[in-house]
Amino acid sequence: MTTQISLGAIQYYWPKQTVEQFYREVADSPVQRVYLGENVCSKRKELSLSDWLAIGNELAQAGKDVRLSTLALIEARQELDMITPYLEQQDFVLEANDIAVVQLCKERQLPFVAGNALNIYNTTALARMVDAGMISWVMPVELSREWLKGVLDESTERGFRDKFDVEVLGYGYLPLAYSARCFTARSLDRPKDQCKKCCLDYPDGRLVKNLEQQPMFVLNGIQTQSGYCYDLSNDTASMRDLVDYFRISANSEQIRPVIANIEQQLAQPNPQQIKDCRCNGYWWAMAGKESVTISDQ
Amino acid sequence: MMELLSPAGSLPALKAAIDHGADAIYLGLKDDTNARHFAGLNFNDKRLMQAVEYTKKHQRQLHIAINTFAHPGQESRWQYAADSAVNSGADALIVADIGVLDYIANRYPDTELHLSVQASATSTAAIRYYQQEFNVKRVVLPRVLSMKQVQQLADSVDVELEVFAFGSLCIMAEGRCYLSSYLTGESPNTVGACSPAKFVRWQPMDNGGMQTRLNDLLIDQFGPDEQAGYPTLCKGRFDVDGDVYHALEEPTSLNTMALLPKLMQAGIAAVKIEGRQRSPAYVAEVTKAWRQAIDRCVADPAHYQVTAELDGAMAQLSEGCQTTLGAYHRTWK
Repeated sequence: MTTQISLGAIQYYWPKQTVEQFYREVADSPVQRVYLGENVCSKRKELSLSDWLAIGNELAQAGKDVRLSTLALIEARQELDMITPYLEQQDFVLEANDIAVVQLCKERQLPFVAGNALNIYNTTALARMVDAGMISWVMPVELSREWLKGVLDESTERGFRDKFDVEVLGYGYLPLAYSARCFTARSLDRPKDQCKKCCLDYPDGRLVKNLEQQPMFVLNGIQTQSGYCYDLSNDTASMRDLVDYFRISANSEQIRPVIANIEQQLAQPNPQQIKDCRCNGYWWAMAGKESVTISDQ
Repeated sequence: MMELLSPAGSLPALKAAIDHGADAIYLGLKDDTNARHFAGLNFNDKRLMQAVEYTKKHQRQLHIAINTFAHPGQESRWQYAADSAVNSGADALIVADIGVLDYIANRYPDTELHLSVQASATSTAAIRYYQQEFNVKRVVLPRVLSMKQVQQLADSVDVELEVFAFGSLCIMAEGRCYLSSYLTGESPNTVGACSPAKFVRWQPMDNGGMQTRLNDLLIDQFGPDEQAGYPTLCKGRFDVDGDVYHALEEPTSLNTMALLPKLMQAGIAAVKIEGRQRSPAYVAEVTKAWRQAIDRCVADPAHYQVTAELDGAMAQLSEGCQTTLGAYHRTWK
């Protein structure tokens, strides 16, 4: 099967209008699958669930396979309560990024996507997810092609490879960690309680450099991202027969050229000169920040 | 009765912990199946037998951590570690990976399973998953929760809860942090190490200061009068739009001694001391101090206070001589 394109939920906090404009552009793009919703911070409320459902239904009408993403770190009872209406809506399948949502879907016998923030590292764990109702697996970002192949070969041997499809985050800043602490608020000397929704001021998060001015990380609320943009657009040939969906994670750059380039690379791999501040190390089992060209894929 | 759970990276550390009042000890096997996979640390089969013997002789509990994530094609290595741990006669296994939990729950249904902090279960629903699927008896809570959240959880679950009491402070939800593999290729989940020592370089500067690097990347820079700390990548000094500061966290240790009455009141089953990589002398000191604190708190919770003496002792044992309540205290966030 040819690898298709999916679009992960927006990781940053953008104003409602920006989000709506963004998805209008996505509606007539070649993206097949779109994830909506907030999965970083429960305080980001520019869009309500009904807003997301409205966008979702428009995208569905445009032929997109729409799914709803949920919080990656569920700590408080209130955050757990926020998930309930997501479970109750019947329009779209949920993406679980915390094991709590796996449990809630399992209890209601709802199918779900195992997002990349879940620790699914091997075939047995994957089999347990399938038992719980998983229909798609987004591989943890730190894992490699070789790792993926190992897991998928074994799931074929064990006879359940046809029970799920596979997504790999292939473009965007990598979500590397989640904390109780809001690093964006901290960067402004504000406590998280009084963050004043400062993430709205940083549509791409805040870049953290070391004292030699090398990009290290990006602060995005409670999430820490990679300092370099992950980019597997040169590695699409190595995804054949392994990856069903190449996932894009958007930032404030124009999304349509990004999608167009990846569509082209998936249809006919033709590696380009790697841009500065890009990386693909994880895919090739190296440090995530590394950038390599593998000619013989 | 609240359990004092101390770390042991070696047999002398285990003995030190037991001799200084630990109720239980946790350790790892000598390979990458545990999250403190450091050179010269941990227990081979022979040492494990000795550890079990010493622990049983003193009527304490032994927990074995098998808390990294099994690699595809190599699940048998983690299963072998589980076999060794169960056969050694340990009292509980501390496990994070769903694949490993599956194996132990099926193969050894009577073995007591503790959910490792690396599994990052922070809510009632997450805990329910591991209880229903694997019958875990205890859950080790990530250090991202506030005291209020810990209390709420304790009120609403029927599983034992264990919290981190003292030692290095992970500021990220444990088990879901890839900062280390992003910079070095090795992470706690895959290799059992964060900011691994083999990637560390201490580079003296002409002015008498010191640069600390991880896989060649500058993590921090110290003046001649500053003491250079280990370059744990989340505790480096970085630049955010011209502001230079500890962008993620200061080099500091977690110390919840002041919270003991609250933790006890919430019914927390065990307080865990971090530090399997620490020396026997360190383990002895910390265990002794916590033994005193717990005993005082049990005897008279209403008048419990951390004495200046204990407070000073804790600061001396801490990274950068600083301690924090971490996420247990809201203002930290």
